[in-house]
Amino acid sequence: MNGPEAYGRNGHGSGSGSGGRHRRGGRRRGEELMVPRAEFQSYYGKPVIKAPSWSARDIAGYFFLGGLAGAGSVLAAGAHATGRPVTARAMKLSSLGAVSLATAALINDLGRPSRFPHMLRVLKPTSPMSVGSWLLAAYGPAAGAAALCGATGRLPRTGAAATAAACALGPVVATYTAVLAADTAVPAWHGAHRELPYLFAASATAAASGMALAAGPVRENGPARYAAALAAAADLAAAKAAERRLGPVAETLRTGRAGGLLRTARALTLAGAAGAATLSGRSRAAAAASGVALLAGSACTRFGVFAAGIASAEDPAYTVGPQRERLRAEAGAGAGAGAGAEA
Amino acid sequence: MTHAHAPYDDDRPLSRLLSGPEPDPAGDAGHPEPPPRVGFFTDTSVCIGCKACEVACKEWNALPEDGLKLSGMSYDNTQELGASTWRHVAFVEQTRPAPVPAPDGRTELPLAGDGGGSGADPGGEGGGMRWLMSSDVCKHCTHAACLDVCPTGSLFRTEFGTVVVQEDICNGCGYCVPACPYGVIEQRPSDGRAFKCTLCYDRLGAGQEPACAKACPTESIQFGPLDELRERAALRVDQLHEAGVGEARLYGHDPEDGVGGDGAFFLLLDEPEVYGLPPDPVVTTRDLPAMWKHAGAAALALAGGLALSFALPGRRGSR
Repeated sequence: MNGPEAYGRNGHGSGSGSGGRHRRGGRRRGEELMVPRAEFQSYYGKPVIKAPSWSARDIAGYFFLGGLAGAGSVLAAGAHATGRPVTARAMKLSSLGAVSLATAALINDLGRPSRFPHMLRVLKPTSPMSVGSWLLAAYGPAAGAAALCGATGRLPRTGAAATAAACALGPVVATYTAVLAADTAVPAWHGAHRELPYLFAASATAAASGMALAAGPVRENGPARYAAALAAAADLAAAKAAERRLGPVAETLRTGRAGGLLRTARALTLAGAAGAATLSGRSRAAAAASGVALLAGSACTRFGVFAAGIASAEDPAYTVGPQRERLRAEAGAGAGAGAGAEA
Repeated sequence: MTHAHAPYDDDRPLSRLLSGPEPDPAGDAGHPEPPPRVGFFTDTSVCIGCKACEVACKEWNALPEDGLKLSGMSYDNTQELGASTWRHVAFVEQTRPAPVPAPDGRTELPLAGDGGGSGADPGGEGGGMRWLMSSDVCKHCTHAACLDVCPTGSLFRTEFGTVVVQEDICNGCGYCVPACPYGVIEQRPSDGRAFKCTLCYDRLGAGQEPACAKACPTESIQFGPLDELRERAALRVDQLHEAGVGEARLYGHDPEDGVGGDGAFFLLLDEPEVYGLPPDPVVTTRDLPAMWKHAGAAALALAGGLALSFALPGRRGSR
């Protein structure tokens, strides 16, 4: 039997334990961590999971464009039904443009773009990407028909049907992308899987109402102004709820690139909503400026959430920490504490 | 949802297909009368870090070279599993005493300098440096997130209960990469498609064991029917505990864990995260029903909010 001396033989390098303990300082900008960051171990500080190789421009951009298109189709249908023809036409065109660009971004991000048709090989409810592909396959043509009929004035009945179909599918197009992100092992996305759909719905509504403010005439923009205010409030509430849920992982939403983007998003969304609620009813210029701010705010939200996910995947602390915490809570729950953290 | 040949068409809730114990993954994937599920038991207590498994895997599967760099991480210049690295030997250097007895019936070769008092003892108090080595591999999860989220059906469950990528189907969407709770599968940059361990599907079909297990000189990598491996692993961990190696523990063996148990599981001598493994992995699709529910509610809220926005100005008679 090789005794302990066999292990002691190469004793140089002692103390340089790769399974070393790390302590992460976690206080920035005076924000208190809700749960103190526990010590954790890792393999040379290497990430446990692999971050997606998705490009931010394509995939976060798709989240934004999908939201703009989806919520925009609902606004278009509303404007269509309530006799706001200029806004209706503009929103239909914006949805077609957004969904076309979104599809192009998705195909561009594939490792094998020529194999894009494989996306429609099967329909898998366990794969949000498969569900999303079919959803886009149904929504895209509907949005396209609605836009073409609206722009040309031909086939009004077909146009109305397509507008209704795009309106029915639009909200799902806008929110399923949250499931797409959350259905991964990425701590900042999966950890907020309950809140992310609401954040994406609010952000999509902000983008679409921003587009309506920017593209529609002042006399038609009443609903968009209400929608902008509602969306901004919902956006703030959902983002707060996500942060609360994520606990220590919420750090990834507050720091680095994600932190900057999300702070910018909040400022732009609030400014846009304030402008929409006040001046946009009178001034065309104020409406356009508010609309652009809302659109930019929504884009920053999506790019910020995307960046937070990547940051949380690249640091093993965010994978190991919550899992250790869960094991500790389960062990505690065994002793009758009961309040074990669930995933 | 697609198990026409499932041997038990009883009233098991659908959620059982997403997480929890699953006695017959191959059967539930639609394979009629599948052979016994196979896997790996990697006993890291006898791993000597020779990397024969890495080499055998690369050679048999014709995996391309993916970087020749010195990492500074002990003897580990491979660094991690990836698209072109399907076995990865981790080297962990620790200053702790931990004598590990050999399994029964194994001949011990005398070590050079043994008993000469030359053994360094930097830790003091009988302690010293301990070198943990562990050959990591795809876990072939019972509930495999990579397979669940794959939108093309490229990833599939084989009749042996393993998880394999069909390279002629994969379109490189990369969804499987962040879905894996172990960070195993990856897209090959030069190719775009995702690759990972197939548990040598081609060799299994010919009645051969996987190349890594075949090449392992210490039987640290054991291949066989999963039930048998689990029994063998339980005996081994008991043997180590009796011999005073209290820190020996199994990892990924439990069908009750977050991924329904791994097809490739391990005997470790420290916490999983020390080896770069997640301490409590959960298949992300376990929560998918909740996610769809919230997405549906959020979609309704979106539609409702916009409907309200149209109703409010109308009521006031403004614009």
